[in-house]
Amino acid sequence: MKMRGAKILLKVLEEEGVDTIFGYPGGAVLDIYDELYRTPGIRHIRTHHEQGAAHAADGYARASGKVGVCLVTSGPGATNTVTGIATAYMDSVPMVILTGQVPTKFIGTDAFQESDITGITRPCTKHNTLVRRIEDLAPTVREAFAIARSGRPGPVLIDLPKDVMQAETEYMAPEKPGSFHDAPAAPVDEEALQQAFRLLRESKRPIIIVGGGIVMGKASEELKSLVETISIPVASTLMGLGAFPGTHPLWLGMLGMHGTYYANMAVSNCDLLMTLGARFSDRVTGKIASFAPHAKSIQIDIDAASINKVVDIDVPVVGDCKTFLSRLIELCREAALTVRPEDRTEWLNDIAQWRKKTPLNYTKNGRIKPQEVIETLQRLTDGKAIICTEVGQNQMWTAQFYRFTEPQTFLTSGGLGTMGYGFPAAIGAQVACPDKTVVDIAGDGSIQMNIQELATAVGNNLPVKIIILNNGCLGMVHQWQEIFYGKRYSHTEIGDSSPDFVKLAEAYGAVGLRASRPEEIEPVLRKALETPRTVIAEFIIDPSESVFPMVSPGGALTDMRLENIIAHD
Amino acid sequence: MEVKNRTISLIVKNRPDVLARIAGTFSGRGFNIENISANVTMDPSVTKITIVTTGDSATVLKIEKQLRKLVDIITVNFIPPETSVQREMILIRIKIPDNSSRSELLKLAAQNHCRVIGEGEATVTLECTGASEEIDRALSFFKVYTIEDMSRSGIVAL
Repeated sequence: MKMRGAKILLKVLEEEGVDTIFGYPGGAVLDIYDELYRTPGIRHIRTHHEQGAAHAADGYARASGKVGVCLVTSGPGATNTVTGIATAYMDSVPMVILTGQVPTKFIGTDAFQESDITGITRPCTKHNTLVRRIEDLAPTVREAFAIARSGRPGPVLIDLPKDVMQAETEYMAPEKPGSFHDAPAAPVDEEALQQAFRLLRESKRPIIIVGGGIVMGKASEELKSLVETISIPVASTLMGLGAFPGTHPLWLGMLGMHGTYYANMAVSNCDLLMTLGARFSDRVTGKIASFAPHAKSIQIDIDAASINKVVDIDVPVVGDCKTFLSRLIELCREAALTVRPEDRTEWLNDIAQWRKKTPLNYTKNGRIKPQEVIETLQRLTDGKAIICTEVGQNQMWTAQFYRFTEPQTFLTSGGLGTMGYGFPAAIGAQVACPDKTVVDIAGDGSIQMNIQELATAVGNNLPVKIIILNNGCLGMVHQWQEIFYGKRYSHTEIGDSSPDFVKLAEAYGAVGLRASRPEEIEPVLRKALETPRTVIAEFIIDPSESVFPMVSPGGALTDMRLENIIAHD
Repeated sequence: MEVKNRTISLIVKNRPDVLARIAGTFSGRGFNIENISANVTMDPSVTKITIVTTGDSATVLKIEKQLRKLVDIITVNFIPPETSVQREMILIRIKIPDNSSRSELLKLAAQNHCRVIGEGEATVTLECTGASEEIDRALSFFKVYTIEDMSRSGIVAL
């Protein structure tokens, strides 16, 4: 049957199981929007900025595990998604971005709302394609979905000229249903597996570092099973939070620049480092020469390019974390290998001492401490809410003090560090998980980067909770200026120039709440969580509060500033 | 580790932006392209690209892994110099002041296996194909003359 391009596009999206799109209409995508009008099977959430649409599709993907889809027009519509695409690329989020393009005969003529978006996004997409011929449309879209979710996932952009959307061709169903779908995970190299097992068995002071690969690879169960079989302590990168329960006795929290004292000490003193689905960001390793200096290392990653990129690895394994861990558990079973915590007392005691001496805490002083807000939120939601963050202090305090208990519940821009990510991502997550509590933890700086999406949340009755930790400044940069730039607070003080966030919420039709004193934290949080509407809850926090521990950039992980932490000797 | 030139042979899908993807992978990750050549293979839907890059063996391995991630790349192979033939070509137009230097130049050209492909009133145009070192050597001989223009290709290798 002959069909127009726009119709074929939507048909293939439905084939791929897409039921939700985040987007913003415009001239070059009028035909697609016209077709969408007649396609009841696909829900379209119109945001108020294309960046918001891209982040919302990203949040939807991270919370649901499905491919997020974003639809925008040509030119500025497309360029506005670039930050969202780069964010998803750095954090390996499966997304398909559909951009309108001027008609093919105008491409290259500087036509109105023309931009070379495939050129612009080439370095920040897993793949991208300009569809020049209607015959290529369906195969290109099918291929895009397969690429987005296969291997190390990532965003794929398809540029759709207007005339291709208007042209007609014969619609062909996929030759073999599923033939474009992902290849099964490659088998894990048996020799590497045996080597890894041998090292694990011989190690006296092992540690596991988990990253986003465990979350994306849905390997949390296997991880927990292995950890409990042989009693290995677990630390996590920012992206790995949620992969392992934050309430577990073998949990060490996050490592790295703002990692816990005991995680950083454990990594620095271990004799075996097994890294699962993490890529050794500079924020994780600190000074490379001093990183895990006494350890043999095993790294498993689905992306060969992530292995031996930064840290030299003794046993590199290219493959899927879930398969690898399952095989490792089998090997333990075959060898009847179990290590109980009491069989590892020396190592676990060392860690317990570090934990006791320098726990993760903060000093109270009669003003609202951001850490207390997050601890209270953790308690009230039982660690089961979907938590999104912006970037900076709000993000680090959340990573430190919200003990995540389930994978896919922590949505944060880890690699790119995108302020303005959290709120639209929370909108996407709430659309994906309507029955879950979804919270965006923001600062007074970052929330204003995509504040316009309040209209999206309210307009779609999405009960997202926004917690603003208001310290009147761009906190993390301010903290660096305090420590490294002689307290010269160049352009980081926001002061009174922020809007009244309570009134702002009300102006958008949301609910606005405010807490100024510590005793108001719990009632305000309770009220926010109980209100089935979009809520802004603003907490006027102690502006002098900073994020500690802190490893100076380029410093060794053992070289931590602990300023506000109460240490016990 | 030793930094040296290494030749990579890529088989890629013949798509309009494939060269930009490859070049972008090198520039975006701080790798070098010393020279490059590309043309279609017997199968016009597939292009062979030969790139000479510099780096130690660890860097070159990183380049290989990054290239393998590109969707349009079909194969990535390193061409070891010991077991391959590698050639490049120059076209060079040399100014000659008088006839005695013309005959001298033609003799030099013959000694260096250069073909004369054009002779003007005051110029001689030569073509030379060979391994990089041979091209370098030929060029060093021609340097005593005024080189009006030259064009040097990237390496092709088998």
